Amino acid sequence: MAKSPQTRSATSATSGNKAPAPKTKATSKSVRRVPGRPPKNIPIETPDTDSLLGLYEDMLMIRRFEEKAGQLYGMGMIGGFCHLYIGQEAIVVGMQSVSREGDSVITSYRDHGHMLACGMTANGVMAELTGRKDGYSKGKGGSMHMFSREKHFYGGHGIVAAQVPIGAGLAFSHKYRETGGVSLTYLGDGAINQGQVYETFNMAALWKLPVIFVIENNQYGMGTSVTRAAAGRALADRGKAYGIPGMQVDGMNVLAVREAGAEAMAYCREGKGPYILEMQTYRYRGHSMSDPAKYRTREEVDAMRKQRDPIDALREVLIAEGIENDQIKAIDAKIKAEVTQASDFALASPEPDPAELWTDVIREGGVI
Amino acid sequence: MSISITMPALSPTMTEGKLAKWFVKVGDTVRSGDVIAEIETDKAMMEVEAMDDGVVTALHAAEGEEGIAVGTAIADMEGEDDASLAVSAPDQAPVAPTLTQAPAPTLTQAHAPTPVSAPVIAASEHLSGHMVSTTVREALRDAMAEEMRRDENVFLMGEEVGEYQGAYKVSQGLLEEFGAKRVIDTPITEMGFAGLGVGAAFGELRPVIEFMTFNFAMQAIDQIINSAAKTLYMSGGQMGCPIVFRGPNGAAARVAAQHSQCFASWYAHCPGLKVVAPWSAADAKGLLKAAIRDPNPVIFLENEVLYGQSFDIPDTDDLLIPIGKANIVREGTDVTITAFSIMVGKALEAADKLAEQGISAEVIDLRSLRPLDIDTILKSVQKTNRFVSCEEGFPFAGIGAELSAQVTEKAFDWLDAPPKRVSGIDVPMPYAANLEALALPQVDTIIDAVLEVSYQKERG
Repeated sequence: MAKSPQTRSATSATSGNKAPAPKTKATSKSVRRVPGRPPKNIPIETPDTDSLLGLYEDMLMIRRFEEKAGQLYGMGMIGGFCHLYIGQEAIVVGMQSVSREGDSVITSYRDHGHMLACGMTANGVMAELTGRKDGYSKGKGGSMHMFSREKHFYGGHGIVAAQVPIGAGLAFSHKYRETGGVSLTYLGDGAINQGQVYETFNMAALWKLPVIFVIENNQYGMGTSVTRAAAGRALADRGKAYGIPGMQVDGMNVLAVREAGAEAMAYCREGKGPYILEMQTYRYRGHSMSDPAKYRTREEVDAMRKQRDPIDALREVLIAEGIENDQIKAIDAKIKAEVTQASDFALASPEPDPAELWTDVIREGGVI
Repeated sequence: MSISITMPALSPTMTEGKLAKWFVKVGDTVRSGDVIAEIETDKAMMEVEAMDDGVVTALHAAEGEEGIAVGTAIADMEGEDDASLAVSAPDQAPVAPTLTQAPAPTLTQAHAPTPVSAPVIAASEHLSGHMVSTTVREALRDAMAEEMRRDENVFLMGEEVGEYQGAYKVSQGLLEEFGAKRVIDTPITEMGFAGLGVGAAFGELRPVIEFMTFNFAMQAIDQIINSAAKTLYMSGGQMGCPIVFRGPNGAAARVAAQHSQCFASWYAHCPGLKVVAPWSAADAKGLLKAAIRDPNPVIFLENEVLYGQSFDIPDTDDLLIPIGKANIVREGTDVTITAFSIMVGKALEAADKLAEQGISAEVIDLRSLRPLDIDTILKSVQKTNRFVSCEEGFPFAGIGAELSAQVTEKAFDWLDAPPKRVSGIDVPMPYAANLEALALPQVDTIIDAVLEVSYQKERG
């Protein structure tokens, strides 16, 4: 193995909410946001201003979308379980910005941000949240179960850690079919203690599957802090016994995520096998909408929001780059309008036809 | 004192074997522990050791002789020191080879399971053309091989499927033909490789996942139900999961509670799955090929005891049997008996004996439990007016419970007697041979049930 599977830390030059000085200056042309289709060839060390604006827009889109989802939940327009991604936006946006068309993405039930970052429409996601016919699953999946074959997003899984072997199966398919693709398999610090994660690590390492296990360590598995649930030290180390390299990453810094993600991608694409990235992050909201979050203090949450927020940090970088405040405000307004429009769409969309109850149980087309 | 050496059983279900090689000849002196012969079955090989010191006085089987029943004397020895032989009567076989654990014929009692004598059973109704005798084991292997030749996205994954050639030798020869890319030995990690298979199916491949037995699939049942079966619905029809989970299901012989359970009703309970349980070799082949081509997850329940049974099957590589169609394997007028998997053989045997008593039984091989061919059952009940269901699994909420409910709901006016369920009894499978036999439904159990619904016997 060329690289020793030691846990390293990717908080280097891009950590501490400071980005390296970009080489290009801010331009006045407007940046068209194309979710999930990151501009090609963004230099990792020195992203240009347009690229930074793209990352900002994608993160802000998730933030505003989730805030709206929270409001709709409070109004009773969204039911069941609803797990918000607020605070963790830098992870999926950073990883998507270094992925390629055709790479597959799979995650758990905290999945709205992943879908938006994969390029799924806010309308379709929001309409699924409201249980309407125009939702990605025609209203039959809900918050935790959404998919888009077209965007290579494979869910949306409600059972903690079940997505991990499935993600390795997607990687198995990439290798079997020689697509050159990588499977981005997301899991949380709660899932990391499930047995099937280690069954998967073993097979992925044994068969050198192109899969990046992105552990989103938001510090709490529901109400249990990671220190009370996980023995040992870094979660990035959990693949050590299998020879899987692991890296701890500042998951509140989109540029640090990009840097680590690019390294993991390169490793996987070279056929060296799986890679683990432990993203250290924080969710501002409860585990789900129904979580009173009494297991942590308000001060702790406020401190994270004030000092570590990934969107605020990138905004500062943009301003330091010479982006006018007006331009940032324009982006904010545009995103807000987009989310409002998605909400209107989701509430206007009709409930699924009762006949849909019986469809999609079994697919036609077997031997007759 | 003469000592008889008998054909040992290499597995709980072995009934006969081949004497591959003798290492001794008449007149040789052997010591306890010396290897005297090598025996083999289609699944395994074993060396037979002498358990005492002595001189070989007779060899009863020729080298290369096949089909020697378990328990048959293959050699005689004269003990060197008669006093050392605690048990000396020849018919008690004191010189037993090591590793024997299956019920030898001398142990079997009146209630012993039906001996598996590898009968060649006539093929079912839809088959014609040139027929060849094939074991269920070979039929399953041929089905996989043909589908793998046809579609390069089909692959086989499981424990011991490759280099070992299958724990029950079902995948024999596949590694040689298709290579390690498509015949993949997994670690012992059921939940992991079941989930990995689901991901591969989402990723455009067509996995065939072998469980060494379905007892071990309980480790993986979350992936089978929550991931494979439900995702099509949860995705609004986007995410098909074309995958086959296959392996032996139900009781083998003398392997006790954790290795002897029928999971038919567990899987048949869940929407999103197809559940198939073939009996004959032709059905095993035709249904497995159909399962591999099916765009849905298919649970394919095999039976270890059936693997070695031979049936006539059409000599073609395009034998496809649609999933969801029952097969009337014996026509009759007085009572309808449904069965699946190994119970079909027992039901046919019961029907033969009932015929001697003047009762004409119609036997339906369900073949598929989901979708269930209820129309064929109802049509039959409307003719016979009596209904008996057979299964090896537990009675509570079993397949028979569902069938009885449906027959009662949909053909109540045609019934001349309440339906009767034949099933395994409601206890974990015991180990002792006599208790095991009592726990499993036998031919006589089916006959009794038919007599009950015919009002020729008190209802039990």
